[in-house]
Amino acid sequence: MKGTMTSMQRTLATMGFKEPDRVPLFLLFTMHGAKELGLSIRDYFSKPEYIVEGQMRLLKKYKGDCLNPFTYAASEIVAWGGEVIFRDDGPPNAGKPVILTPADIETLEVPSVEDSPSLLSGLRTIELLKKRVSTDVPIMGSVISPFSLPVMQMGFEAYIDLIYGEPDLFWKLMKKNEDFCVAWANAQLAAGATAIGCADPLASPDMTSTDIYRKTGFIVAQRTIARIKGGVATHLASARTLPRIDDLAKTGTVGVGVSAFDDIGEVKRAINGRMVLIGNLNGVEMRRWTPEIAEQKVKAAIARAGRGGGFILSDNHGEIPWQVPDSVLFAISAAVKKWGQYPLDWVQDGE
Amino acid sequence: MENPGITEAGLDSRKNFPVSLRLAEMETALLSVDRVKAGRIVRDSCTAGSPFTCLETLIVPALEEVGRRWEAGDVALSQVYMSGRICEEIVDSMLPAGDPRRVDQPKMAIAVLEDHHTLGKRIVLSVLRAGGYELTDYGHGVSVDQLVEQVTRDKVIILLISTLMLPAALRSKEAIARIRKIQPGTKIIVGGAPFIFDPMLWKEVGADAMGHAASETLELVNRMAAEVKR
Repeated sequence: MKGTMTSMQRTLATMGFKEPDRVPLFLLFTMHGAKELGLSIRDYFSKPEYIVEGQMRLLKKYKGDCLNPFTYAASEIVAWGGEVIFRDDGPPNAGKPVILTPADIETLEVPSVEDSPSLLSGLRTIELLKKRVSTDVPIMGSVISPFSLPVMQMGFEAYIDLIYGEPDLFWKLMKKNEDFCVAWANAQLAAGATAIGCADPLASPDMTSTDIYRKTGFIVAQRTIARIKGGVATHLASARTLPRIDDLAKTGTVGVGVSAFDDIGEVKRAINGRMVLIGNLNGVEMRRWTPEIAEQKVKAAIARAGRGGGFILSDNHGEIPWQVPDSVLFAISAAVKKWGQYPLDWVQDGE
Repeated sequence: MENPGITEAGLDSRKNFPVSLRLAEMETALLSVDRVKAGRIVRDSCTAGSPFTCLETLIVPALEEVGRRWEAGDVALSQVYMSGRICEEIVDSMLPAGDPRRVDQPKMAIAVLEDHHTLGKRIVLSVLRAGGYELTDYGHGVSVDQLVEQVTRDKVIILLISTLMLPAALRSKEAIARIRKIQPGTKIIVGGAPFIFDPMLWKEVGADAMGHAASETLELVNRMAAEVKR
């Protein structure tokens, strides 16, 4: 079935490595809904109804193929007892770590989804979006991977010290984080999320060496994904993917977010039908693209990775920066319609 | 302290051991996060009385190679961080903070502007300290107002600004403009992910340079420090 597909049909077709009517476009907006509603970022994130309205307006405006109820990574840290630091022009940061010394891991309590207002708000957003779009548009749930969450729980340096220096405590923390991640992901699926995006930047070879990853994050990812009752796509949040493709494929993930620093054609070849490729427009650079540059970038990505399906055009981080202007986003959307119609007869072999 | 290249000066007990092998050994020890072995290589190779020679001929080149390999995508950031920490510990034992030999340098400081991610700053601090420099750490979550006030109060000559998020990187433009207005001679190096993903950004914010990796920042600081002394 080609004709004009719904966003869900288009996405499912590409995930099955079939060519849909056109390349699906996932514009992963988090903060931009605030602009649409004339609210501050902090106020926008304060009510599920605002986020739903923002997401629906953005879907209509840019004609993307997914809804993104994700707000900000630090919302998980709030559930663990942490704090969020808001700013007016970008995503909120996690504040002071909740694990101040490695010994705190012993007594750290895993938060329950039901008792965490920040997570319940996320579930409510998903439920409301589901009512609006039913099964026509994919709704992407989101979790931070158990292996990457400690960067916010205890700070990056302390976490690296833990990985290298205190393996027993590391594994205790992983067990707690896995339980939390699985419960949070499954709650989102139950609320109506189509699939789960799992942010795991520490899985990248840019962050963790291969020998350490295979002994730690890889095992954690395998165990976690096996317990999540739906499809999981792993996003390395701008960090490189290519050297890690074979490992990622063995974690059970169904998709992978690709960095702007990866050769997207090489990644497509390396994936070889095992995962859907999501990426890889450079969100930071996007801020100063012209509409013409945006079209060139979209065209190039489709040429390198579009054929045969298994490809969703998106940014390389999983979040469009606040500073990216509407003109560029309109240009990206128009370019997908122009260059992303299957079959991609205009693509030459080796392009 | 300009990088003089590899010389045999200061390497005594193992002077017949090829320099390239010692460096390779040191690099392997660092990437394996083997503190004991790294310390032994330094002890076996260097004369106690000339720590700077040891820095210049063994420790800094090893860190530079680790940095180059990170830029090439061959090693991970966690290894860069641990390498810097190990070298910093070794150098601190040879050349403690406050040692008069560290004082003969321009006033330097580092800050994480508006962000709360400190790994990049920590790596740069370690590498610069391992390179024999001492610098003031203004911490993280530093506002533009705070940074301008601190830098002008302390009369900082070389300032390093670290950011992780794009909004903070963009805010460095205001900080740099205000610092330049008060203290035109201050050299400013920016670093962090936004500057890597957008290679034009460091010029847009008015910095003198950007450091892709900590080892490159050390080279920049070496050059700027030499210029200031001239």
